[in-house]
Amino acid sequence: MSVSPEDFRFVSAFVRDAAAIVLESGKEYLVETRLGPVAERSGLDGIPSLVRELRRDRHGALARAVVDAMTTNETSFFRDVGPYQHLRQSVIPALIDARRADKRLSIWCAAASSGQEPYSLAMLLREHFPQLESWTVQFIATDISQAMLARCRNGVYSQLEVNRGLPAPLLVKYFQKKGLDWQVDERLRNWIEWREFNLVGRAWNSLPKFDLVLLRNVMIYFDVETKRGILANMRRVLRPDGYLFLGTAETTVNVDEGFQPESAHSSCFRQRAA
Amino acid sequence: MLALVVDDSAVIRTVLTRILSGLGYEVLSAIHGRDALNKLEAGASPALALVDWNMPEMNGYEFIRALRTDARWRSLPVMMVTTETEIEQVARALAAGANEYLMKPFTPEMVQDKLALLGLSPTQG
Repeated sequence: MSVSPEDFRFVSAFVRDAAAIVLESGKEYLVETRLGPVAERSGLDGIPSLVRELRRDRHGALARAVVDAMTTNETSFFRDVGPYQHLRQSVIPALIDARRADKRLSIWCAAASSGQEPYSLAMLLREHFPQLESWTVQFIATDISQAMLARCRNGVYSQLEVNRGLPAPLLVKYFQKKGLDWQVDERLRNWIEWREFNLVGRAWNSLPKFDLVLLRNVMIYFDVETKRGILANMRRVLRPDGYLFLGTAETTVNVDEGFQPESAHSSCFRQRAA
Repeated sequence: MLALVVDDSAVIRTVLTRILSGLGYEVLSAIHGRDALNKLEAGASPALALVDWNMPEMNGYEFIRALRTDARWRSLPVMMVTTETEIEQVARALAAGANEYLMKPFTPEMVQDKLALLGLSPTQG
């Protein structure tokens, strides 16, 4: 997906006006790598179409998604320490306690992106909850992008990527050196079931019921109506006592009153009793 | 809080000093492991140490082993910051007592992330 000089000039001017970001000549790759996925998620067939839409509406959901994509740092392992701490200290122990009779757990990372989030959660589970080895754990990770899923399945990360957020003891334990890059251990890669899934599509019935869903840093791409639709579907696939995690800047408040944030952690949500 | 930076490269010492100062640390520099041990013996009391591997006199690996055999510095959080990027070396550094490992090249964000992993949440300067 390449960007024409004219589109690059437009995007540069747009993000400069919207977010005071300066994109100098030579940063075309940033526009390509960051806005390509935005175009894909928005159902557009490439950056030229995205720019056309952006020229038409400079203040809508797409414009926000563009600004966000250009301002957000790349994802990293254990991005934001808080949610992982809450998972380790509260959520997973509570789920293990609640499901101890049938020893089954189902987990969904709903916006796998380049895979750091599902792999971080997988490492957290392996490290701190070894009793799950004898459980039936269904661990599904989805993304709308086939290219991203291929990357996830492959599990290869650059040195710069493993330098960010990944504790060195976990690097040694769960990765192997592959040339200059690092590849996630085969056991973890095969543990996770990677599936293509469009959150705004109609395939929600194909999903099982989940105890835990991570839907982090993806709702920002959608307008309120779309968020409502996704959260209504989420209430159907999340077990009544399940847990939903959103990104630290995202909330269900004023979007879907069927959910309420946990007092202990504001990006963790539970369903209200019917 | 005081951070000890041990690296024989003046450029790396300057870069790390700038990053750590931005995070609210005071920085004490040493040019190799022996120099760092001398500074500790002289009374320096850092909250963490960032240590290169390949240095003259005493390399980072030897320095960390020396720290871990002395009760005074056994629990000092140490992060290795090095161009050594083979998994065996990461494992070796951790086994010797390094708490974290950062491969060069690095960005300020990476340093900050690693400090967070060590439970060191510096105040933004």
